[in-house]
Amino acid sequence: MTVTRFLERLPLYLVGLAVALWTLLPIYHLLIIALSPPDKAVAGDIIPQAVTLQNFVTILGSRHNLVQNFWTQLWNSTLIAVVTAVLTLVVGIGANFSISRLRLPGGRIVTNIALLTYLIPAAFLALPMYRTMGQYGFLDKPWSMIFAMVTLAAPYAIWVMNQASAKLPYELDEAARIDGATPLQILRFVYLPLMAPTMVAIGIYALLLAWNEYLYAFLMLSTERQLTLAPALGIFLAFDDAPWALMMAAGALYALPPTLVYYLFRRYMVGGLTAGAVKG
Amino acid sequence: MTAVTMDMAAAPPRKRMSEEMFWAIALIVPYVVVFAFFVVYPVGYGFWLGSGAASFKKLFQDPIFVTTLWNTAIFVLVAVNLKMVVALGLSAFFILEFRWIRWLSVVFILAWAMPSIPSILSIRWMFNPEWGMVNNLLFKWFQIEGPGWLTERHYGLMLAILVHIWKSLPFWTLILVAARLAIPRDLYESADVDGATRWQRFRFITWPAMRAPYLTSVLLSSIWTLGDFNSIYLLTGGGPNDSTQVLATLGVRYLRIDQFDVGMAAVICAMPAILPMVFFLMKRLSKVDEA
Repeated sequence: MTVTRFLERLPLYLVGLAVALWTLLPIYHLLIIALSPPDKAVAGDIIPQAVTLQNFVTILGSRHNLVQNFWTQLWNSTLIAVVTAVLTLVVGIGANFSISRLRLPGGRIVTNIALLTYLIPAAFLALPMYRTMGQYGFLDKPWSMIFAMVTLAAPYAIWVMNQASAKLPYELDEAARIDGATPLQILRFVYLPLMAPTMVAIGIYALLLAWNEYLYAFLMLSTERQLTLAPALGIFLAFDDAPWALMMAAGALYALPPTLVYYLFRRYMVGGLTAGAVKG
Repeated sequence: MTAVTMDMAAAPPRKRMSEEMFWAIALIVPYVVVFAFFVVYPVGYGFWLGSGAASFKKLFQDPIFVTTLWNTAIFVLVAVNLKMVVALGLSAFFILEFRWIRWLSVVFILAWAMPSIPSILSIRWMFNPEWGMVNNLLFKWFQIEGPGWLTERHYGLMLAILVHIWKSLPFWTLILVAARLAIPRDLYESADVDGATRWQRFRFITWPAMRAPYLTSVLLSSIWTLGDFNSIYLLTGGGPNDSTQVLATLGVRYLRIDQFDVGMAAVICAMPAILPMVFFLMKRLSKVDEA
């Protein structure tokens, strides 16, 4: 590359460098603290002087009282995320098939209510939801999180499925009907195969929503063995002398699975409500 | 098939219902149940508890409340506008067709892809006044005693805004990249033929096409920013002395001191800001849906 060409593109390189630094700095910081010896998490160095996996060994071996339930909490997070994804799909498929394919009278109202619920931030539904979960006797049980997360994810599911199914020609259903298919057979053999990519996107969305949720988990789960990983990480903050190296290592372990899932399914994730809506 | 039809015909006691109608109703039931038990009832009950005059009186007499309103206004106005302007600018960068830029966009999305707790906690530790990396380096390189980033209201709010932008910037940049890619290329080509300047290209081609998606994005982003609990709570915890609370965190603050009704009153106070935006967005989004 010639010098003039390099100089011409220099502003681009500078923007690129700034973007990379801005994005990676907090993540790099997380990793170097996680890799520091527990007593040396004082960060005055950009390049760490000593690197160790000791924090990860401590966590995976549950050898510190703040991480003694790590595996249980990992299991709780996984269970809640997977069940939330499955139930969101069941609720969403049922509602969308009913509204868009079976033409439920008043279906449009349901879609609009779903959109309304989706647009109101979850933080403002947390208090009433917490109180009600107490009345239902779900507090401190996985069901409280599962139902809360399905409640938050289902409106998004219905709205996105509504947009996707609007693109499926209705003639397909009619052809199947003429062949004598029942509604359930149309669901099984026409609707689901064509909607598969949307189902993947919705399932992953609900899975990540539940795994990443902090506020609801922090309100509704309280005993250590019932916690998911997100509020368990928050507990570190309650201690003045929080073992930050351990906390960062636990944070890295917690962040890894959803990040991998996101990148694996990235082509399904772009789109959805906002991209579709904002493009128009 | 026939057997199923006969069952269906026998099932509704009074009126004969078509099989389609039966399934249409049966399949909507799960969502209706979820909605009734976990939205209608909690919201109705919560608002009923929070709407008493006594709760509002307690809330309005709490000096924290006015601070919280200010904080919320600053947080939302600054975070949303800064983020969207930067995203608009960056979207011009990310549509360029260089391989390294495409790879950079994969890295860039990382902040959005990963859960927010670990990254917020990392930033919190980075800005710890005594042991954090930022103040240590400030001292090492420039012999400056760095400020108490998280123990002073203005720095706390500023960092919360930065954390919020760090997390959500990639998302909005990608949305605006999509909007830019929808602009027909030949418009720019003919502008080049006419000798248009960069500013004229932006002013007369890019902006007219981007205005509607930009406005929708600003609205949606405002709603989400108003509801951002994590960026404040995990960074400053609303402190010091509740000076960095926002409406999204205030409810939880009252819940923790066992004043659920005052917390609900705080939630109700956010509604006049949220609901107009929600209804406006619903109109816009439904239009897109029909088109």
